[in-house]
Amino acid sequence: MLLIEDLQVKLGNKKILKHVDLEILPGETHILFGPNGSGKTSLLMTIMGYPQYKVTGGKITFKGEDITHMTIDDRAQLGIGMSYQRPPSIQGLKTRRIIEACSKGGVDVDALAESMNFTDFLDRDINVGFSGGEIKRSELLQLMAQDPDLALFDEPESGVDLENISLIGNTINRLLQRDYEEQPCKGARQCEAASPCKTAKSCEPAQPSQRETPFKTAVQLGKTRSKMGLIITHTGFILDYVTADKGLVLYKGVVAGKGHPAEIFKQIRKVGYKECARCAA
Amino acid sequence: MRGLDKKAHEAKDKKAVIGPDIDLDTYSLESPTHVDVKDLKLMPDADKEKMALAGLDISEKDRAGTYIQKDGISIHSGSHQDGLEIIPIKKALKEMDWLKEYYWKLASVDTDKYTARARLDLQNGYVIRALPGKKITLPAQACLYLEKEGFSQNVHNIIIAEEDSELHIISGCASASHVKRGLHVGISEFYVKKNAKLSFSMIHHWAQDVVVRPRSVGIVEKGGLFLSNYISMKPVKSVQMYPTIYLVGKGAVARSYSLLVGSPGSELDVGGRIYLKAKDTRAEIVSRAITNGGNIISRGDIVAEVPGVRGHLECHGLILNGGIMHAIPELKGMVDGVELSHEAAVGKIAQEEILYLMSRGLSEEEATATIVRGFLSVDIPDLPAPLKAEIDRAVELSQKEVM
Repeated sequence: MLLIEDLQVKLGNKKILKHVDLEILPGETHILFGPNGSGKTSLLMTIMGYPQYKVTGGKITFKGEDITHMTIDDRAQLGIGMSYQRPPSIQGLKTRRIIEACSKGGVDVDALAESMNFTDFLDRDINVGFSGGEIKRSELLQLMAQDPDLALFDEPESGVDLENISLIGNTINRLLQRDYEEQPCKGARQCEAASPCKTAKSCEPAQPSQRETPFKTAVQLGKTRSKMGLIITHTGFILDYVTADKGLVLYKGVVAGKGHPAEIFKQIRKVGYKECARCAA
Repeated sequence: MRGLDKKAHEAKDKKAVIGPDIDLDTYSLESPTHVDVKDLKLMPDADKEKMALAGLDISEKDRAGTYIQKDGISIHSGSHQDGLEIIPIKKALKEMDWLKEYYWKLASVDTDKYTARARLDLQNGYVIRALPGKKITLPAQACLYLEKEGFSQNVHNIIIAEEDSELHIISGCASASHVKRGLHVGISEFYVKKNAKLSFSMIHHWAQDVVVRPRSVGIVEKGGLFLSNYISMKPVKSVQMYPTIYLVGKGAVARSYSLLVGSPGSELDVGGRIYLKAKDTRAEIVSRAITNGGNIISRGDIVAEVPGVRGHLECHGLILNGGIMHAIPELKGMVDGVELSHEAAVGKIAQEEILYLMSRGLSEEEATATIVRGFLSVDIPDLPAPLKAEIDRAVELSQKEVM
């Protein structure tokens, strides 16, 4: 579980997150909405642990551990991963090498790349000369290898052509185990109250062994979804492919509203962020 | 030849234009005797280890032939491939009359006191030649080894790729582990004839107090390709070299790649200069340098003398743990219609790159090492696989010491 309580963050001298509360339970995926400059990327970078985002108040807890001041690599080891919107290009570092590093040698890189239609890029320098869509596929490929328990996605659909958007969507579904059949506790909304998934016998069949079966796309019977996701979207396209449990609107550094993602998106389209932040609050 | 000796005498005390001046008299010219080695495997393990670090394959499995010189004495030379000649230069000068057409024809004896010394006190060196039309795809290897403390090793090498031939050479230099101080003066003259292809990869693996003064000049004829690679990652007191290549035939191409690591106390002044003297010639000079507390000067110079030629210069330097990184790229176009460009950058590893890799689960040290390895792994076009593997290996080994 990820628990964020009254988080306040500064970047340089600027207060960019003023008050953020967020709780993502195992198996849940949340969608993060908000206009440009509202602090969405900053929130993801803070959860990931980028040191330039200084936490000035509040607390982040992940899997029961206070990670507020934990280093970025320790957070990655603990199971947090991020798909970036504009990752840096690194001359001479082959994409293959970084994917191997992500998986600690635990996956078949070629097979994984094949599934992402990305084989041609394995021997190119990471992100060097990649198009927007190529960056997204490379990012997801790295996450697939890393297999985090909490995956943060910064606008995974931006710059992706229509042909590849379903590929992106399906991959996110696989990463977040959205392809698992719904469990007796239907959907997260019912689970969240007392988190019955944690105790209920019906949900128990332990953690799915993702390392062994990272490529399964079919509905996997009898498995409990445990992966958590937080997705930033501007266009909302990703909602056509990924079912999410909750949506929240970040507005001027504050969580201004929470609700059903599709409903929120509909409202934003209809009345804009400002109004929506007000009505959802 | 008398005239050359006279000129050399006159230049005996002539300081080099660049680089710290060396007092040559403090180095011994007396080479100990070393016996011939027929089977490389029978060399002492300590020697084999050091030579391997400079790229020598003792098994010769993937090599077309080998030349080894210890101090002033040639101890092994032989070719395993038809069309490839490997001969100690002293022997060649005696037995092959034609060699005088090549000996000191590109390099000048009176360039400075180092060329003068190599003329007046020549110990040995090699002649490696690919005969016309012969494609020697496996690399030939040479190793110049310094075993005597305080020795002045003066060598002269002549490399000839005859018309339509192909020749690849790994030339390694190393010193025995007990050697602290020494001097290496190396003259190399390269002849790449019509439509020939030559790659020459020099790997230096010296010691902390060794001074190195190579003096190299090459010429490339019509349709020829000359690839010159230089790798120096081990601590060394001072290296100063500025090899020059003349592209004199239509369509000739030269590429020069250097990978340098400067450790504390090391001074590397390394450059490449290419003259574009014929139509459609192309030049590329790439250098990647990391200073870890050392002083690195990375020079590059491309001179375009005729229209329709192209040249590109690239100097990238990283300062990791102090030290000085000085990039000096120069371009000179002397007529209309030339295309010359350069990019130079000196800096540190971007924090953003380290954090990116850390967010994939790598520690800060692992992330830095991964980025440095990437920085030094330049894709060198036209380099055969065994050579590429050798260079990768050299980078990998040295990199451990860098970090």
